Amino acid sequence: MFGPLFAKPLSSKNNKTGSWRTTKKPKFLQTNCIACRMCVLICPEGCIEGEQKNTYHCDYDYCKGCGLCAEICPKQDIVMIEET
Amino acid sequence: MREFLEGSQAVAKAVSLCRPGVIAAYPITPQTHIPEELSKMVAEGILDSQFVNVESEHSAASLVLGAVASGVRAYTATSSQGLLLMAEVLFNIAGLRLPVILTCANRAISSPINIWNDQQDSVSLRDSGWIQFYVENIQEAVDFHFIAYRLAEDKNVMLPAMVCMDGYILTHGLEVVDIPTQEEVDKFLPKYQPPYKLDVENPLTLGVLADSEYYMETRFAIQKTHQEVLKILPSIVVEFKNIFGRNYSDGLIECYKTEDAEKVIVAMGSVCGTIKEVVDALRKRGKKVGLLKIITYRPFPRNKIYEVLKDVPKVAVLDRALSLGAEAPLYSEIKSIFFGKKRTPKLMRSFIGGLGGRDITLDSIETIFKKLSLKEKEEEFIDLKQELLKEKL
Repeated sequence: MFGPLFAKPLSSKNNKTGSWRTTKKPKFLQTNCIACRMCVLICPEGCIEGEQKNTYHCDYDYCKGCGLCAEICPKQDIVMIEET
Repeated sequence: MREFLEGSQAVAKAVSLCRPGVIAAYPITPQTHIPEELSKMVAEGILDSQFVNVESEHSAASLVLGAVASGVRAYTATSSQGLLLMAEVLFNIAGLRLPVILTCANRAISSPINIWNDQQDSVSLRDSGWIQFYVENIQEAVDFHFIAYRLAEDKNVMLPAMVCMDGYILTHGLEVVDIPTQEEVDKFLPKYQPPYKLDVENPLTLGVLADSEYYMETRFAIQKTHQEVLKILPSIVVEFKNIFGRNYSDGLIECYKTEDAEKVIVAMGSVCGTIKEVVDALRKRGKKVGLLKIITYRPFPRNKIYEVLKDVPKVAVLDRALSLGAEAPLYSEIKSIFFGKKRTPKLMRSFIGGLGGRDITLDSIETIFKKLSLKEKEEEFIDLKQELLKEKL
């Protein structure tokens, strides 16, 4: 028996780093979004997606709750809320 | 072939017959003769292996870690402070599930500095995940290197193993030893076929970060594998007997005249030879005494020990190491086997002896058997010099 000891290439997505979040997570309000993509560019996890205005969202399986997306959003359309 | 050899020389011959691809070691008394002999074999072209001179034991351990990680059979040896300097890497080797084989020439730990034998060094690393064998004589030291490689490299085991032999007593003592032929060893120990290795053609990451989501399962797996070793080792030892003719029963423990014994000493390592002699002498005088030798200390063969000791009225456990501030390690573990059990020895006592190379003589052993009748204190240091304890600062 070995357990989760070895990592094959291209397997990093198996690690659901969303478990690292502690107290807060981002909420994408999708009301004043201008699709500037600043949130996509700054996300260190690369887990934010979206095309048209008010379609942006993140994958909570990987979001570590760093808050950079909320900080950079020029429209304050992303807010950090308490983890439930 | 039977040869008259020094323990270290004999072990070097055994290791060479195992065909390690990489050897790295840093000299430390009393281990020195082993790597010295191996480096000579490599230099003279007798052994086709890469001998790497390193700057410390930490480097030696790291080097063999890397070698086995890349799929090569590797070997190292050390003692005492050297083993402690390796400690960080030794936990890694076990955690990475790499079957490194290490000979520990057992020696006391500083301070005060002492180069002579006890078993504090390897006993202190009992929690590292390594399999640990304690051998009684030079022949056993030789044989358990073959067994160690075979067991460690088993695809269901993949754990490192330490062959612990008492420094000086076994490393520098001379004995007639049966050194098997290369053909016999090759038959018992085939070429190392790693189930995983670092390979650019087939990339793999060893030693990844495992956070709280993953770590515990890797540790559980080692614990589970140690339990499996208790089942795998006996079959390997039977196979060993079929090829080499020497019988180590199940490879876990050895019972010496314990069947009808009223008093039994439990011990590990070379002192078992001394105990056997005392047992023989006392048996001639009609005393029902015996010895339980622990060969495999990790994994700890709890059930086997229980079966042997459950009907023995009086048991003495002789430790050559301490867990300062608590009970002696082997005693503590033997005693814990009987918690909650109906059948248990009526009396169990802890004896500590032979620290820092003090001889455990035939008389010392006879005294243990004698004192085992008395209900004195639970723990006793044998051959302690009371006058030295009176010295003032």
